[in-house]
Amino acid sequence: MILLWLILIPFIGGLLCWQTERFGIKPPRVIALVTMLLELAIAIVLWWHGDYGLADTIGDTPNWVLEYQLPWIERFGISFHLGLDGLSLIMILLTGFLGVLAVTCSWAEIDRRVGFFHLNLLWIIGAVVGIFLAIDLFLFFFFWEMMLVPMYFLIALWGHSGSKGNSRVGAAMKFFIYTQASGLLMLVAILGLVFAHFLQAGVFTFDYSVLRTTTLSEPVAMLLMLGFFIAFAVKLPVVPLHGWLPDAHAQAPTAGSVDLAGILLKTAAYGMLRFMMPMFPDAAMQFAPVAMALGLIGIFYGAVMAFSQTDVKRLIACSSISHMGFVLIGIFSNTLISLQGVVALMVAHAFSSAGLFIVSGQLYERLGTRDMREMGGLFGKVGALPGFAMVFVMASLGMPGTANFIGEFLILFGAFEVVPWVVVVASIGLVLAAVYSLILMQRIYFGPAKIDRAYSGLDTREFLMLLTLFVLTIALGFFPQLVLDVSEHAMTEVVTWVSAATNSSTL
Amino acid sequence: MNLTSSHLIALLPLMLVCVTVVIVMLTVAWRRSHFVSATLTVIGLNAALASLILVGQVAPIQVTPLVMIDHYSILYMAMILIAALACSTLAYAYLETLPDQRDEFYMLLGCSVAGGLLLVSSQHLTSLFIGLELMSLPLYGMAAYAFKERLSLEAGIKYMVLSAMASAFLLFGMALLYAESGTLSFTGLGASLANDALHSNWVVAGVGLMVVGLGFKLSVAPFHLWTPDVYEGAPAPVSAFLATVSKIAVFAVLMRLFSLAPATGDGWLHTVIALMALLSMVVGNLLALMQKNLKRIIGYSSIAHLGYLLTALVASDGLALEAAAIYLATYVATTLGAFGVITLVSSPYKGSDAGLLYHYRGLFWRRPYLTAVLTVMMLSLAGIPMTAGFIGKFYIFTVGVESELWWLVGGVVLGSALGLYYYLRVMVTLYLKSADEPERDAPNDWAQQVGGLMVLLLAALVFLIGVYPQPLIDLVQMAGIQMPI
Repeated sequence: MILLWLILIPFIGGLLCWQTERFGIKPPRVIALVTMLLELAIAIVLWWHGDYGLADTIGDTPNWVLEYQLPWIERFGISFHLGLDGLSLIMILLTGFLGVLAVTCSWAEIDRRVGFFHLNLLWIIGAVVGIFLAIDLFLFFFFWEMMLVPMYFLIALWGHSGSKGNSRVGAAMKFFIYTQASGLLMLVAILGLVFAHFLQAGVFTFDYSVLRTTTLSEPVAMLLMLGFFIAFAVKLPVVPLHGWLPDAHAQAPTAGSVDLAGILLKTAAYGMLRFMMPMFPDAAMQFAPVAMALGLIGIFYGAVMAFSQTDVKRLIACSSISHMGFVLIGIFSNTLISLQGVVALMVAHAFSSAGLFIVSGQLYERLGTRDMREMGGLFGKVGALPGFAMVFVMASLGMPGTANFIGEFLILFGAFEVVPWVVVVASIGLVLAAVYSLILMQRIYFGPAKIDRAYSGLDTREFLMLLTLFVLTIALGFFPQLVLDVSEHAMTEVVTWVSAATNSSTL
Repeated sequence: MNLTSSHLIALLPLMLVCVTVVIVMLTVAWRRSHFVSATLTVIGLNAALASLILVGQVAPIQVTPLVMIDHYSILYMAMILIAALACSTLAYAYLETLPDQRDEFYMLLGCSVAGGLLLVSSQHLTSLFIGLELMSLPLYGMAAYAFKERLSLEAGIKYMVLSAMASAFLLFGMALLYAESGTLSFTGLGASLANDALHSNWVVAGVGLMVVGLGFKLSVAPFHLWTPDVYEGAPAPVSAFLATVSKIAVFAVLMRLFSLAPATGDGWLHTVIALMALLSMVVGNLLALMQKNLKRIIGYSSIAHLGYLLTALVASDGLALEAAAIYLATYVATTLGAFGVITLVSSPYKGSDAGLLYHYRGLFWRRPYLTAVLTVMMLSLAGIPMTAGFIGKFYIFTVGVESELWWLVGGVVLGSALGLYYYLRVMVTLYLKSADEPERDAPNDWAQQVGGLMVLLLAALVFLIGVYPQPLIDLVQMAGIQMPI
């Protein structure tokens, strides 16, 4: 029941925000904040009381800590089936936390149509929580598509009309069409899987743990796996399918960018870990060389693109492509260490990119531009902002002591025993990360000053937001077990299932 | 054959609608009153709808070799009657200030509905043709009802000329089939064609000509050219009627024809229809991309949607019947809602309809709830979850995957991606700031009028079906096609 509330709370809160707009711009903001704090509090309570440690043995069905099921569309055996394990809990904690950040960072930025804005913001959160909890494939797809509409509105209505030739409506449209079209491929793959199961067992079901045991012939499994992979690859993004990402990030309001980079990209990695790998282990392992090659391309392409951007937010967006390349390599190398690294990197990247986006949002509020050519020499002129920026840049380039280092290190370490050469090449990407991250610092905060005036420093709200992110980044850098303990069981399940399937097929 | 009371009960909906038309005609002869005519029509349609419960108790029953009243026809009759009710409530608000006679509209509408009811229960080419013509002829008049507007008159005449052409094709095709098989009943045709190992060229020509005729009525590519013009020119309630009632009826009879007389052995007809479906998806969506008129956009999108629907016809086994019914139901509710909003913004009648996207710019900041309705309808047309359209599209995908029609499934994916572009364009227009005072706007009390209530109800329905479709699925599953006795 508590799982259902996790999904319902943001939706209800969103409706309240919309309706309370008539009383002024304050009530929607407060309600949104309270809603997100409540969501976060529930997630923290679940984390505190749940036992996510390594339970007895790895069974054939996932070990859900909490489960909730309601019949929904009996015709096709679809049920409203939610399940929570360590992986989903981490994702939900992240969602709740970034939700709070998204609300606070738009406190001053958004002053038009506040109620409707928060409706969209909270509905994105609700749908994303749904994605992380759904273990019925129909339900998963339902939420997967549902989050697009509010995100579309967020970019199209409150976005920045960016650089020339890039309208925010265009960016929103691109985002929507990319994701929806690839999502339909996933729907076809889901249906293919359901019918394959129907032909064997004679009943329709969309249930995750039932469908996972369907035996598929090799080409069919490969095709279905590709359907899932393309949908997730667009969202992650993997390089040839990344076209929507820089535009969407650059044009979205700060809260939108935080949500996009922090959680929406993670839904793809989550989908791969939860659905693609366990359901099509053989096909995924056969596909692994291609996927890893794509991951490598992403690392370098993203880094080079980031280096050549002049727009701060586009730079950060391109750096996400690079980081997600590591995630892809980690997922497909399928060792416990690399998968744990993926989880750590997802959390770390959510913190660091959210931090960078919030910093650039605050710069934009002061300077009125995101063009780095018009900045420079800002160090000492915007209060504590450059200091925080420095921390998040360091995190982004994977400095030891930050959470990102843990993630990248574990991925590379875990993958080395499987694909040493890929790791060697990927490590070069880390150097490039240092290059584009430092150029970001250099162009904005150092060098000759372009504008010779002082700006207002950080107020309490801004300071607190950045401080929390800073503390979390460092804390996870020193105590990664906080995250890794929670996810270990779920990741062990994935590794065990995949290697069991591949071993049995090679014998 | 003796007519018993159960036969009469079976024909009750049809008779009630006809009686309504006659009563309205007599009332008009006595004294003209727009309110009275509209009320009588609504009462008559409601009575016909209620009588379906009685009919359900005697069904399935064959009334003369021409007509079969089974649960399949009851389902589609209900859809037609509900759609017609929605159209007449919309028309009432729209016609209120039309500077001309208003009452005849309801008679035309009644006649057309009667034709539709006959069509969905026909199992014989004769009743198919009678039903089709009875349904189409009043539509010419309805499309040209605001004939002082040039566009409306043009729509009426265009529809008349092309529709008459299509009827000629259909009739010629039937004649050729009759010459070959000597029977006009669906099953008889099926049996006789199945026995012929070698199909003569006459059969191929006859089936081909019928495909042309019916394809025109369904406005699938390449017989779609009239659709956008007629949708744009006809008054909005008539476009709604055209897009819903006539499509339901023709598709229902086509589906019955296909399952009683399974197409020719070597499957060339399936290939032809699959090609038409694919073409409709692509053409409809591509042409809609650059339109500036909302009515034209819905016109083109209806071509695409009929293409998706034809997937069920091509599959024509397994889940196909169920999928077609669900898809039609969701599509009809959505289209009615969309045209409903257009009607409300255009009514009361003030010259040509508010069709241009420009008229809808910033509607959200003036009429938030009306905009919410139109947004829901656009999302439903695009097939986004939480709306009925998603359930419909889900069914089409299911049928496509079940029957392994990969090309068509690919077409639906591509079409949906293309379609999003213009649905989203419409949607975002609603929320942009408008520069100046609106030219056209819905009346302030739109939500208190029947039309407004109906539109809100449709939006709620679209949302409910999208979230909990099980009741609709249960309803549809009961409606199987009965073989003739």
